This record gives sequence, C-alpha cells and structure tokens, in this order.
Amino acid sequence: MPVISVRDLKKTYVVGDIQVHALRGVDVDVEQGEFLSVTGPSGSGKSTFMHILGCLDRPTSGRYILDGQDVSTMSRDELAKVRNHRIGFVFQGFNLLSRTSAIENVELPLLYSRQQIKGSERHKRARAALEIVGLLERSHHHPNQLSGGQQQRVAIARALINNPSILLADEPTGNLDTRTSIEVMDVFQRLNIERNITILLITHEHDIAEYGTRTIAFRDGHIVSDQRNTVRRMARAELAALPPPEILNGSTVAVGAK
Amino acid sequence: MMRILMILRVALKALNRNKMRTALTMLGMIIGVAAVIAMVALGKGAQSSIENQIKSAGTNIINVYAGNFMSGGVRQGSGAANTLTIEDANAIRTEVQGVQYLAIGVNTRTQVIAGNQNWSTRVNGSEVDWPAIRTWDVKYGSFFTQQDVNSSAKVVVLGSTVSTNLFGEDTDPTGQVIRIKNQPFKVIGVMASKGSSTGGDDQDDSVVIPYTTCQKKLMGIQHIQNITVSAAQAGEVSAVAERITALLRVRHKIVQGDTDDFMVRTLEEMAAMRTETTRTMTYLLAGIAGVSLLVGGIGIMNIMLVSVTERTREIGLRMAIGARSGDVLMQFLVEAIVLSIFGGSIGIALGFGISWGVTEFLTWPTTISSDAVLLAFGFSAMVGIFFGFYPATKAAKLDPIEALRFE
Repeated sequence: MPVISVRDLKKTYVVGDIQVHALRGVDVDVEQGEFLSVTGPSGSGKSTFMHILGCLDRPTSGRYILDGQDVSTMSRDELAKVRNHRIGFVFQGFNLLSRTSAIENVELPLLYSRQQIKGSERHKRARAALEIVGLLERSHHHPNQLSGGQQQRVAIARALINNPSILLADEPTGNLDTRTSIEVMDVFQRLNIERNITILLITHEHDIAEYGTRTIAFRDGHIVSDQRNTVRRMARAELAALPPPEILNGSTVAVGAK
Repeated sequence: MMRILMILRVALKALNRNKMRTALTMLGMIIGVAAVIAMVALGKGAQSSIENQIKSAGTNIINVYAGNFMSGGVRQGSGAANTLTIEDANAIRTEVQGVQYLAIGVNTRTQVIAGNQNWSTRVNGSEVDWPAIRTWDVKYGSFFTQQDVNSSAKVVVLGSTVSTNLFGEDTDPTGQVIRIKNQPFKVIGVMASKGSSTGGDDQDDSVVIPYTTCQKKLMGIQHIQNITVSAAQAGEVSAVAERITALLRVRHKIVQGDTDDFMVRTLEEMAAMRTETTRTMTYLLAGIAGVSLLVGGIGIMNIMLVSVTERTREIGLRMAIGARSGDVLMQFLVEAIVLSIFGGSIGIALGFGISWGVTEFLTWPTTISSDAVLLAFGFSAMVGIFFGFYPATKAAKLDPIEALRFE
C-alpha cells in the first residue's frame, strides 16, 4: 500500500472575479521509502500540491489518502492532529524559535501531541532525534549560536521527533551555500536509506532534485513528467571529494558523520 | 489539567524570551493596581479616622446655633445673630423630653497671658454640665460650679495645649492666675487631652469659663450663641432634635413656610455628611486609579497585537507542527492573563507598600480593604482576558500557509 495516494486532486482559488486553477487533476502514488523530488517553476502548482500533501490546505475536489486514511475532507483540528503525528516539516527559513535551545525546539511538536508525554520522555526523544542529525553536543545552543546548516539539521530533528510517515521539505537548501546544502542533503539521504523514511523534497533546482530516487515536474497545475532518477547523486561521496571544512573556533562543522 | 499546565509553560517561555518587554507591559498593570489599592486605602483610612473622632466626640450630642439671620438681605454666619436666649435654653431644659444635659455656650478668641508667656486661644463660655456632655474628664483640679456660673466668677479651666504653652508640660497650674483681656482669672483646673476634632482642629487648644463671665466680662453681650444638648438615649437623638426645633419655632414665632432663625445639628448628621464626603473622595480617587488600570490593559492589548504580528511565522510553525487554533488562542490568552495577573500581584504588593509608607512617613491613616484588593485583582484578570482576547483570536485565525510565508 502506498504511503501517499492522490487521485484527481484539484484546487481552485477565487481571486476577485478570477478563478485560479492551481491544480487541475493530479494523480500520484508514493511508496514507503521513496525519496520524491517535486520540481517546477513558480506558479506551476507545486507549492499548492505541497500544502495539500502537508495537510495545511484542503483540496477543492479529489481524494488524498495518507497512510490508508482519507484526509481530504478532515476538519481543521483533525488536520492539525495529522500534521502532528504523521508529517514532519522542514522549511527554507528553518523556522526555529529564537532564544530557545535546540533541544527545546526539537521537543516542540511533542507539546502539541494528543497523548500526554512526560518531560523526561520528551527530553529522551529530543536527544535521540538530535543524535540522528549529529547535533547532540549542541543541544543547549540557541539558534543564533548555530550555523545555517546546523539550524536546518535542528529543524530536521524537530520534524523527526514524532516518527512521521512522511518528511516534507520545502526548499530546505534555499538559504544555504553549496557545501552546507550538500551536508543537509546527506542528512536526508541517510534518513531515507538507513531508516527507510519517505521524503518529499520541493525544489526548483534540478541538481538538488537529483539527490532523490524519483522526480516529478509540475507545469500549469499538471504533472508533466514523473520518472525514476537513473543517476542518483550521492551526497556522502560528494562531501568526501570536497576539500575539508574550515575550522571554526577549534571545532569542525559536523558533517553528519557517525 | 495537564494541557493547561502545558499551555502555561509555553506562555511563560514566550514571555521569558522577551523579558524587557514583559516587564514594561507589566509595569502598566502594576502602577494601575497599586494606585487603586493605595488610593482606596487612603480614602478608607480617612473615613475610619473620622468615624473614630465622631465616636470619641459622642454621637448623642445636639448643637443648637443662633443663625440664618437676614440683615437687609445679607445672611450672617451661624452664631452671628442674637436670636438665641437664655430663656430658650431654659425652655429646652424644662419642656423637651429626652434631654439629659444642657449647656449654654458663648465663645470668643483672645490672647491669654501667664507671667511672661502668652497664647492666643478660643475661650468657651459654658455651664457645669459641659464635661458630662462632652465626656471629657478634668485632669488637674476641678471644673467650675453652678455657684461660679451664678456669680460670674473669674475662674478658668485650661485645655491641655494651653496649659502646656503657658506653664510647661506636666505641671499642675491649679491656683495660678492668668490674664484674659487684661482681667485676672484663677486657674481651677486642666482638662485631660482629647485630641483633634472632626474638623481637624485641636480641641485641647481652648479654655473654659462660666458663660455668664464670658458674656459680661469678655464680650459684653446679653444673648447666647449656642446651646449644647445631650440626648438621654443615643437612639433618640434625631427625635430630641426635632422636638427642640419645634419648640424654638413656636418660641421664635416662626410661621409655617418661613425658614428657621436657628440651626439644630446633630453629630450623627455631621458624621454622615463627612463620611459621605470622604466616600465620594474615595470613589473619585479609585476612579482615577481605575483609569490607569484601564490604560495598563490597553498597553497589554497593544503589546499582544504587536507580538502576534511579530510572531506570525512562529504561529504558522506551531500550527504546521500540530497546534490547533484553540491551542494558539489559549497560548496568547494565557500570555495576556499571566501578564495582567503577575502585574496585578506585584501591584497589590506595591499598593500595600505605598499605604504602609504613607502611614509610616506622612502619618496619614490608611486602611487596606480586602474589597479593594479583590477588586483590583479581579479587574486585572478581567483586563487580561478582555484585552488579550482580540489579539489571541487574531493569532488563532491565521492561515498556517500565509503565516509561514510572512516576512
């Protein structure tokens, strides 16, 4: 059974007197363990698609089955629960709470969990998530004490904490330089390969899309291409080929190596 | 329950992230609540001190003044008219039911001299029952007698302030001679100290002599200025006052519809009037303080609105990771309530401090009333809910997609 199953998904906005057809009937299935890159120019409908898959928005018509459950007709509060339990978000702008330690940022989704989770349990799980992204030793740093790549890795840890069915990454490398981008992609690839986590990556950069196993391209509200990546870029290998990272304050920027 | 604790923790963390702003926002609340409590405490203090003074003065006293005398359209002050006579006083004494004691009164203000000391004071001409009416004891010597009144004897009983100023503290001046308007008076007694009156003047700054002496030797008048009566029963005061009024209207041949040429006042009336005045003052002060509380509340709303706009992305993020609209609403509402209740609590403490300080350093009486504390606290919580609700709804209504895009 696919993790995501979308049938004839349509989304129409009304802006003034004009109807904007953002999605004009999209069908797609995503299997467990896939690393799907979603590309397309701005206005192509990929953002709307992403918002609906992330349960931030509801389709005008069509069906969206997540983990065997139809989420296309759920209420706002039910969608909030689905976002909390099944979806992990990673944003371009990291969206970490300022003046709040990394570990507290990671714990945040647990506060909104529908089951009560004790403080000690929250802490344990947050530490585990930070360990996965290789930032355990920085768990008490505040976002302004972390580099962009580190901040994004904290955001990934936060997305992982509830063991979601899918990880949705919206332009996660948009604010990062090349080297840091590769580092972040390495984290995603490891999560995908080692932990079999399903990842949806939205990007307008084709070279970033190549880190996935499959790429779909949007244009004018339709999927215009859907193909397996024959040549997959591997971030681990590229990092090894790059010159060693600069040394800052005596500590190397961790490269997710364990 | 756990959920509320969790929301409270989230709110406290959010407030803790911007300490300066939190403190300044609370300051509005602190000042408002402290002002309400201190103002009400001042007002209540004034009220209860007046009540105590009236109690000590005796509530069964009725004062009859000559007055309301029209002279060619110009109304004179009370006591200025010569409409009240000794015969009036005797009529009240014999004809009015329920009168316990009565004392005729005339008074003047003059310089009293003893040796090389002198002092300007009020000279009261009165009768023998005066100490009984005023429930005022003699400290040294004795009060004058009916014999002294009948013979217009030049004897004087000093108030303690006068005694202190002429003869020094804690000395018994009985038997000494003082001069009043250049006439020698023999000091036969000193009254115990009684403190200030309801009007605030020093009751001990006076001397008492027989009213006959005062009329003939000091003032050269025939009429009397006032009559002080005490009712036998405290509950009968107004009834006795009415009987006196009726009697005097008959005696003064005042036809129905004309105004009295005398005034009858009871201390109860005066007490009620003064209490009313201070109560009005208290309400006024509390009202002004209440305005600052309101301003504090608007300050909270202002900051919460700024905070919602500033934290739009944070709200979007919280929604994206699973916060429901209700969670966001509660978070901002609780933040506002925490601000106002914390501010209110500190304000209460500060209000206590100010009241204490005013009593300690300015010696103004203050009474902290539990009403005011409860009111201020309740009001500050209400302010939090009321002024927090709009920003909180604004936050909860945000669309997560728009909020996440907000720059």
